[in-house]
Amino acid sequence: MEKVGGEKLDKDLITTQRGLAQMLKGGVIMDVTNANEAKIAEEAGAVAVMALERVPADIRAMGGVARMADPIKIKEIQHAVSIPVMAKCRIGHIVEAKVLEALKVDYIDESEVLTPADEENHIDKTRFRIPFVCGCRDLGEALRRISEGAAMIRTKGEAGTGNIVEAVRHMRRVQSEMRRVIHMQEDELYTEAKKLMVPVDLLKEIKSTQKLPVVNFAAGGVATPSDAALMMLLGADGVFVGSGIFKSSQPALTAKAIVQAVAHWDKPDIIAKVSEGMGDPMKGKDIQTMPDNEKLAHRGI
Amino acid sequence: MKRIGVLGFQGSVDEHLKAIERVGHFPLLVREKTHLKEIDGLILPGGESTTFLKLLHTSGLYEPLLAGIKEGLPVLATCAGLIVLASKVSQPEQASMALLDISVQRNGYGSQYESFCEEVKVEGFKKTFRAVFIRAPLIQSVGPGVSILSVDHAGHPVFVQQEHLWGLTFHPELTQDDRIHELFCSNITKTGLRRSKDVRTFQVA
Repeated sequence: MEKVGGEKLDKDLITTQRGLAQMLKGGVIMDVTNANEAKIAEEAGAVAVMALERVPADIRAMGGVARMADPIKIKEIQHAVSIPVMAKCRIGHIVEAKVLEALKVDYIDESEVLTPADEENHIDKTRFRIPFVCGCRDLGEALRRISEGAAMIRTKGEAGTGNIVEAVRHMRRVQSEMRRVIHMQEDELYTEAKKLMVPVDLLKEIKSTQKLPVVNFAAGGVATPSDAALMMLLGADGVFVGSGIFKSSQPALTAKAIVQAVAHWDKPDIIAKVSEGMGDPMKGKDIQTMPDNEKLAHRGI
Repeated sequence: MKRIGVLGFQGSVDEHLKAIERVGHFPLLVREKTHLKEIDGLILPGGESTTFLKLLHTSGLYEPLLAGIKEGLPVLATCAGLIVLASKVSQPEQASMALLDISVQRNGYGSQYESFCEEVKVEGFKKTFRAVFIRAPLIQSVGPGVSILSVDHAGHPVFVQQEHLWGLTFHPELTQDDRIHELFCSNITKTGLRRSKDVRTFQVA
C-alpha cells in the first residue's frame, strides 16, 4: 500500500476534510453530467455538484460497467461552476480515486452506484488529501467507512429509482442505532462494537458527543421537494439528488424547489408553494418488485 | 448576556450556535425578518455564498438584513459570510451586500486540495490562533476605513474590521478556541448596540 499514496491523515487534514462537509450542511448536492447541467444546479442554489458520466437512472437503464467519468467532463464542470465539484469512483478503485485527486475535485464519492472494482476492500481513504464521502445503510457501514477515513457519510437509499423508501429505511436505521449506542452503558459498547464490526473508540465518541463524528447526508431516491424535506426531518444534514432533477420534466424548477424545501424543511407552507406546478417528477420504480441483483445498496458493506 | 443570531439557512450554523453558548451568551437561529429584532449581534456563518444569496433573496430576508446591518447591527462574518458582505467579489464576479470595503476573490487559495490550517497572530491576542482555511476566499485589497487584525503566512489579510463589521476568511467555529466569539460578544455594548461608533475601537479586555 505504501506506493498508492503519501498522505497520512493528521489532525489539520481531518479538520479541513470534515470541515468542508460541515460547510455543505443544510444544502443540496446535485448529480450533473455536463457543464450546462452544472450551471443549472448552481443557479438553483446547489451547495455542490457531483460530476458523473450518467445519472443513476441511466446507469440502470443502460447496464454494463459504470466507471469514473471522463476527466474532460470533470474539467468542463469544474470550469463551469464556482461551487465545490465532487466526483464518483468505483468502490475499491484506488487508481480512479488517485486520478480524481490529480484532477483536484473537491470531494470523492466512493460509490456503490458505480460497478465495484473490489468486492472485499474499500479504499484506504486516510492516504488522500482530498476528502471522501461514502454510502451506508446502517451505523455499522457508516462507522466502517469513517474508520477507513471517510470525512462525510451519506445514506445509500436506492439510487436511480426515484423512490424514497430505501433512503428513509437507511436514515431511520442509522438514527435509531445511534440512539441505541448513546443510551448504552459504557461496558456494553464493546459487545456492540463486535456486533457492528466497528472500532469501539468510534462508539465511545458517539456516546460522549451524541452525534456522528462526520456530517451525514441522505441520498438515493429523492425525487420531489417533499422527499428532500422528509429526509431533513428524519435527521439528514443535507441531501444528494441524483436522477431526481435531470430526469424530471422541468429540471431548473425542480432543482430550485428542492433547494428551497431543504432550507425550509420545517415549513410545509413554503414546501407547498415551491411544489406548485413543478411538472412531472421522474417516473420512479417500485422496489418491492425489483430483483435483488438490480439493487445497488448492498454493494460495498 | 447578549442575544447573538446566526443566519440559519445553510452551512456551519450549529458550530457557531454552540460557540456562542460556550462563551456564555444566548444563541438564536435567524431565518425570518422578525428574528432580526431580537438580536444584539449577528453571525454570518461559513457555507456556500451563492446558496446564501439565493436563499436570502427568496426568503425575503435580504432587504431587512441589509437595512439592519446599515443601521449598525454588529456582524461577525466567516468565509462565505464575508463574501456576502464584501464590496467587490471576483472569480466569478458576484453581487453582494457591498457593506465591507474589501475586494475578495472566491476560492482564492485554490480548491479543497489547497485547504489548510495555520497559526495566525491576531491583534490583541497574546497567543496565536489556529486558523482553519477551507476553500477560503482571498482578501486582495482593503479600503481606507478597514483595519487588518490578522494576516496569513503570505501577508494577506484574514481578519478585518470596519466599524461594526468583522470579517474572517477562516473558520473559528471549527476549533474549540472561542476567543474570537468571546471578543465579538463582549465588544457589543449596551449603549453601542446599534451605534457603530462605540464598537469602532478594537479593544481587548
